[in-house]
Amino acid sequence: MLRWIVWRDLILAWRRRADVLSTLFFFVIVVSLFPLGIGPETQLLRSIAPGVVWVAALLASMLSLGRLFANDYQDGTLEQLLLTPQPLYFIVLGKVLAQWLVAEIPLVLIAPLLGVQFDLSKETLLVLFVSLLLGTPVLSLIGSIGAALTVGLRGSGVLISLLVLPLYIPVLIFGAGAVDASIMGLNPQPNLSLLGAVTVLSLIFAPWATSAALRISLE
Amino acid sequence: MLEATNLGCVRGDRRLFKGVNFSLTPGTFLQLQGPNGSGKTSLLRIICGLLAQAEGEIQWQGANISSLGDEYFTAVTYVGHRNGVKDELSALENLRVSNALNGIEITEAKARAVLKTMGLAGRESLPARFLSEGQRRRVALARLIVCNTTLWLLDEVLTSLDRAAIALVRSLIDEHLSNGGMAIVATHQELELSAVSSLLLELAT
Repeated sequence: MLRWIVWRDLILAWRRRADVLSTLFFFVIVVSLFPLGIGPETQLLRSIAPGVVWVAALLASMLSLGRLFANDYQDGTLEQLLLTPQPLYFIVLGKVLAQWLVAEIPLVLIAPLLGVQFDLSKETLLVLFVSLLLGTPVLSLIGSIGAALTVGLRGSGVLISLLVLPLYIPVLIFGAGAVDASIMGLNPQPNLSLLGAVTVLSLIFAPWATSAALRISLE
Repeated sequence: MLEATNLGCVRGDRRLFKGVNFSLTPGTFLQLQGPNGSGKTSLLRIICGLLAQAEGEIQWQGANISSLGDEYFTAVTYVGHRNGVKDELSALENLRVSNALNGIEITEAKARAVLKTMGLAGRESLPARFLSEGQRRRVALARLIVCNTTLWLLDEVLTSLDRAAIALVRSLIDEHLSNGGMAIVATHQELELSAVSSLLLELAT
């Protein structure tokens, strides 16, 4: 079942490629504006790099989250999904997995390339990549709760940001912290471990909360 | 058997209905009627479990539907106002995915045959956004042929269908009822079914 829902959402994303690309370009542009604005001060660039890349990733995920349930809600497929004999937990998990593959993985892949603009070393670029790979599932998972709560509301985009961005703070701290540690020559592993713990926790609880939120929103 | 006792519904601060009672046995058809805004859609959504009732209880085979959970959904098919058809997917993909999510995986050949029955031959591979409103409805209703459920809940399914399609829906419901199924249909039109036992529930404003 998980297979069908993931397949369905991937096909849908492929047929609406422009949406996916706009998220990616947003991320690339926001990250690239900082070196252009600040100029070639390598020391400063290096120290702001972790925060800039991570904040840009958080904001970029806001762009795609609004669509997670909104389209399905409008054409009635969301209520049909709620009426399938599958546990809603797995349907949500499938949709979040597809959203992560489509919207977050491209950012994770391109981030090391963008990191070069900030004069980061090879090891730091690797830590940046790993921290994003570990942390972005949380963005999709926690974001899905906000998307489910605001589905069907007007102006839901702003509301999602207000609901979800504060919840992203732990991910931001541990994710950017890991990269920071690597820049200063420290061991990034404690931060990465904490980030992994946040991911596991949200993997367990977020789909459950999202399911409950969807049931409320569709009443 | 589906039994509703003393159902009531409140939307916002407006009461739509209260004290609705009915019981459906296999082979029974229930037609819901009432003016716009009288709560036909809300009643159907309560019966399929999407909406919580203000009071009362619904029992399916003797058990409360809220305690049955996913098991109840294996017995129910709901076709609502919104078709549940994805614009970006073709009729074929729509049918196969929606059935697969309901636990029934069908082959492409079978899906083609079903769509042909629904009068969509030659349109199977077009993205649904190129289909007319009536054709999209036909894609949504194609699920009824495959679904293999006992209780059908159909909300104004005849809107935007042409005469041939209405006759088709009628024959589908007839066949379903003669096989021991149940159907609750909200519609303003006369369906003229050959069902032996049919009930009429009129909601007032």
